[in-house]
Amino acid sequence: MQFEMPSLIPVLPELFLLTMTCVILVVDLFLKEEQRVISYGLVQISLLLSVCIVYLTSGAEAEVIFYGSVIRDPMGDVLKVAIYLISAGAFLYSKDYLLDRNLFKGEFYVLGLFAVLGMTVMVSANSFLTVYLGLELLALSLYALVAFDRDSKAGSEAAMKYFVLGALASGMLLYGISMIYGATGSIEFPQVAKAVAETGMDNMVLVFGLVFVVIGLAFKFGAVPLHMWVPDVYHGAPTAVTLFIGSTPKIAAFALAMRLLVDGLEPLHADWQGMLVILAVLSMALGNVIAIAQTNIKRMLAYSTISHVGFILLGILAGTSKGYTAAMFYSIVYAIMALGGFGIVLLLSRRGFEAENLDDYKGLHDRSPWFAAMMLLLMFSMAGVPPTVGFFAKMFVLEAVVSIDMTWLALVGVFFSIIGVYYYLRIVKLMYFDKPTDDTPLTAGLDTRIALSVNGLMMLALGMFPAAILSICAAAVGSV
Amino acid sequence: MLALTDFLMLGAILFSLSVAGIFLNRKNVIILLMCIELMLLAVNINFVAFSHFHGDTVGQVFVFFILTVAAAEAAIGLAILVVLFRNRRTINVEDLDTLKG
Repeated sequence: MQFEMPSLIPVLPELFLLTMTCVILVVDLFLKEEQRVISYGLVQISLLLSVCIVYLTSGAEAEVIFYGSVIRDPMGDVLKVAIYLISAGAFLYSKDYLLDRNLFKGEFYVLGLFAVLGMTVMVSANSFLTVYLGLELLALSLYALVAFDRDSKAGSEAAMKYFVLGALASGMLLYGISMIYGATGSIEFPQVAKAVAETGMDNMVLVFGLVFVVIGLAFKFGAVPLHMWVPDVYHGAPTAVTLFIGSTPKIAAFALAMRLLVDGLEPLHADWQGMLVILAVLSMALGNVIAIAQTNIKRMLAYSTISHVGFILLGILAGTSKGYTAAMFYSIVYAIMALGGFGIVLLLSRRGFEAENLDDYKGLHDRSPWFAAMMLLLMFSMAGVPPTVGFFAKMFVLEAVVSIDMTWLALVGVFFSIIGVYYYLRIVKLMYFDKPTDDTPLTAGLDTRIALSVNGLMMLALGMFPAAILSICAAAVGSV
Repeated sequence: MLALTDFLMLGAILFSLSVAGIFLNRKNVIILLMCIELMLLAVNINFVAFSHFHGDTVGQVFVFFILTVAAAEAAIGLAILVVLFRNRRTINVEDLDTLKG
């Protein structure tokens, strides 16, 4: 038997990031407390270099390596670039917050980079095994990150809840995968899709497998009725970690859904479409309605995440390349919006003070007109007010749903986003029309201020030119 | 000779036991961790059974990966448990109720 050395070029970004993560882990050991900023710098450089490597190794054709386990295709490239850049932004925003709370440690960045690596492995998966490994690498890093503030009661409780429910979800997903393996005799997506197309839904084992896979997927997305962990984790985790969990993993979850449902189980589209319709409607309804009752902004944004997940699912369930494009656009745009939203929460927090309650946003306009305006743009974008990019993200998804003759579903989506507008606009009202309760000036560094301004203005710029990202998404999905 | 369905039934029973354990248990977090392990082992039985009856080794390779990940998962779970106990002085499931709304 001859051993063939596989070409490693298609996985070069992942290999590079893995190497750099290990290097940072070791370098950090030799740094003194005041030199810790070096590891931070290395993290940002590795993420930016990874983006360059993805760009250099990209190509229009999909390449499959490692005996069919890993694929590099245009969709994966775009998602990877988005994940790297948004994670870099998340690390940038969280630097001041961590410094103020004595949490500025190398471990935070190593765990964060492993989570990023897990996401990119998931993005480039071509078999159930790769998907599972990427998912676990992401999940295990996130469990540890939620408990990162070791003395926080809320943090450890949130981590325990996240761990138990996350492990339950992985178990469900695995049980589904084992059933699908049993029914099709393969774990590679193309073979699975071929076998499924031949047998169809007559096979009971396959039906079981599909149901369990969708349940596991819904858990990872945080879709109702499997959303219980989302508000608790967002609330309990240190805000820097909430920012990280709230942004890029949504892109990874989209990739997970695309790989499992579209690459692997496309012939069963009619069957999983029904399940996703239920998940999407419940998520949009419950997320938007319960968010109104929240007084804690992290919890409110958690419920808002749930409702946005409903929209991403709408795009996926359409099952056309238009729908996938819209869902991909939505997940990337949502990750940028969440990054900015939690970025403002971090900006207002300072040593010994967490800007967690809605009342802390009262009169932000008097304290800092510029950042109040940025928050306004971000909230408008989440609510879907034109001309911000959030409006176009919602519109493309609804268009895709209407084009498969499910107009009622689009109407449900519109109805619940109108309810959702209420709690986003409440923040705008608090910022502009109420008197400030605390007049402490903002303490954030210049880098955070610039990045947040760019992030806020991006909502407007992308809203003016949504085609900039949309055409990239369309090209990437079209070649799947 | 045992048939494939016998193994699948065993896997399904173990899986249901573990899910029931997670939802019914109101006392001790460690029992939750045990249930999670049991769940992964139930999946392993499925994989090995399918692998044997298909005459295909991929399923058994998958089991090795699941075992490894399960070990890592148990380590992280116990680490979080230690942190939780240090902060709260309890590992009673019912006492984990400060986050709600």
